[in-house]
Amino acid sequence: MSALMAFAAALAAGTIRVIDLTHTLAPEFPTIVMPPELGQCAPFRMEEVSRYDERGPAWYWNNFSMGEHTGTHFDAPIHWVTGKELPDNAVDTIPPAHFLAPACVIDCSKDSAADPDFVLTIPFVEAWEARHGRIPPRSWVLLRTDWHKLPPKQYVNLLDDGPHSPGPEPSVVKWLVEQRDVHGFGTETIGTDAGQAAHFNPPYPAHHYMHGRGRYGLQCLANLDQLPPTGALILSAPLKIRQGSGSPLRVLALVETSP
Amino acid sequence: MTDPLIRPRRKDPLRKTREPLLPQGVRSRTGHGLTAAAAEGRFALQVCADCGFTLYPPRDVCPRCLSARLPFQDVPPEGVLLAETTIRTSTDVYFRERTPWRIGTVVLDCGPSFVAHLHGDVIEGTRVRMTLRLDKSGMAVAIAMPERSTAHQEDDVQLRELTCDPKFRRVLITDGRNATGQAMARAMAAAGASIIFIGIADPWKPFPGEATLRDVPNAEIVSLDLTDTQSVADVAGEIAHRIDILVNTTEHPRAGGIMHRHGLTIAHEEMDIRYFGLLRLAQHFGPTMRARGADGVNAAAAFVNLLSVHALINWPLYGAFSAAEAACLSAAQALRAELRDGGVKVLNMFAGPLDTEWFQSVPPPKLSPATLATATVDALRKGIEDCYVGDIAQDIKGRLDVQPKALERELGA
Repeated sequence: MSALMAFAAALAAGTIRVIDLTHTLAPEFPTIVMPPELGQCAPFRMEEVSRYDERGPAWYWNNFSMGEHTGTHFDAPIHWVTGKELPDNAVDTIPPAHFLAPACVIDCSKDSAADPDFVLTIPFVEAWEARHGRIPPRSWVLLRTDWHKLPPKQYVNLLDDGPHSPGPEPSVVKWLVEQRDVHGFGTETIGTDAGQAAHFNPPYPAHHYMHGRGRYGLQCLANLDQLPPTGALILSAPLKIRQGSGSPLRVLALVETSP
Repeated sequence: MTDPLIRPRRKDPLRKTREPLLPQGVRSRTGHGLTAAAAEGRFALQVCADCGFTLYPPRDVCPRCLSARLPFQDVPPEGVLLAETTIRTSTDVYFRERTPWRIGTVVLDCGPSFVAHLHGDVIEGTRVRMTLRLDKSGMAVAIAMPERSTAHQEDDVQLRELTCDPKFRRVLITDGRNATGQAMARAMAAAGASIIFIGIADPWKPFPGEATLRDVPNAEIVSLDLTDTQSVADVAGEIAHRIDILVNTTEHPRAGGIMHRHGLTIAHEEMDIRYFGLLRLAQHFGPTMRARGADGVNAAAAFVNLLSVHALINWPLYGAFSAAEAACLSAAQALRAELRDGGVKVLNMFAGPLDTEWFQSVPPPKLSPATLATATVDALRKGIEDCYVGDIAQDIKGRLDVQPKALERELGA
């Protein structure tokens, strides 16, 4: 049997499971907040075109609108100024093979629960590698924080000095790109960077280093708690928007169940 | 003295809701001079430009000198109630269910005599102050008021038919995140509103004044986002039948003109928040309010728009904002026609720049949100339709009436 047919058979048999890492697109899902005088990412909105009524007697459909960075979404390198000159840096030009990649899932859920400003460090990742092995090249690194389980107020966690949510410190992002050749960085939080990452040096290091080196971002992921530390395959194909900086998308993880 | 209004009992949910009826509402084109005055709470009659004769009812020719130059102008409203009578039955279906109804003959000091509605505290043979009001059909009618304010004057049953007093009414304030919404909530509480629903969009986002807003008497916070059709539909589904006065406090003032703004993102937001927001409110709350225009003491009474006075004429410094406000004004006029069948008024409050962070760089005079809120309550109590609040709004309105082209050039200087 070919590898693909064996894969299909495993899917049918349930020895490979499909886990949805996507939040439902809904108006009330929080969108990243920028200072109000700056441009804002549009939240998800939907207008009914017809629902078996005088506007269309036998059919139901909607028009929707949103930003490229609304809901569970993909960040392309062109999203950040550091990646603006790279080849194939937009969602329509990224090689399609890049939309399938394995994932290493680093569990920071306890640390994040204890401290919403938890930052991922090199020693933390090294300790993870000591247990699960070295991060293979071209792997997604997904930060499991269980943040996707929080209600909106705690999820965004806006205090009087801005948002507070976990994310990576600058050195670890640079290290993951340069020393581990990762494919991209994914989080459950509203962005790939920590809530307070505007104060880091450089600011927003996950964006700065990942996109500056042509790597990708995934954010607002759900259900990372259902993934094994290693061995999951991530399917994350964004919409093919011409020169798109990112896109809402359905993120699926394929996971082998132990026989 | 007027008997103070008693808080209405809860309505039996099984009782049929009384259908809104309208008094006869036909006026001549000239007669709409009275409508224009009533809409702004002024008392204006025709005064002959040639012989100075003050006349009523409106005519196209001066009965004294035959001049056709009969402009409306504000005149002294004082007079004497000569005679009164009480109507106990009527063939008119509107008045038939509102009898007994007092009317009387009033002679004004400035000349004309009126057959007018009478406030309950007006006594035959005494001096009165005549006012023009909009009745349920949106037409000007005259009601004689006591010369000096009396206790609970605003609770008079005949007067209340012409006003939108918030007392014992249930109010929806669509946005409590901003200073105007918060001031409006406090003003409505002070005016005796029985419930004040306050919409908050993105409740996960903190905002200044959040704690004190929750302390407003009879306040009830609802999650409401005017940019989200489903949110408006959901809230309307829950409470539209309990809203007697809707005040749209959702605002989005942003500086910038038309040409130099980089792209349409902000313009989209302006139109979505203001114009489409108004349409969503109209579609989801309007029909229910229209159906409840005669639903007892706390019948649906008013849909209030807070508009920039630059809806009337563009202020290029806030050019795109002005254009969005103009769209809202136009929609409000359509809504006014649509709600009129239910006897529900559309009140447009026109204001100049507010003393808020979005007009930070604009020099005074600026209107405080509290002043706008107090003026809104006052306008509802008077039952007017168009209110120009503060120096800037009144100045713009005055200049617009006299020389709009000059105003356009001056605003664009």
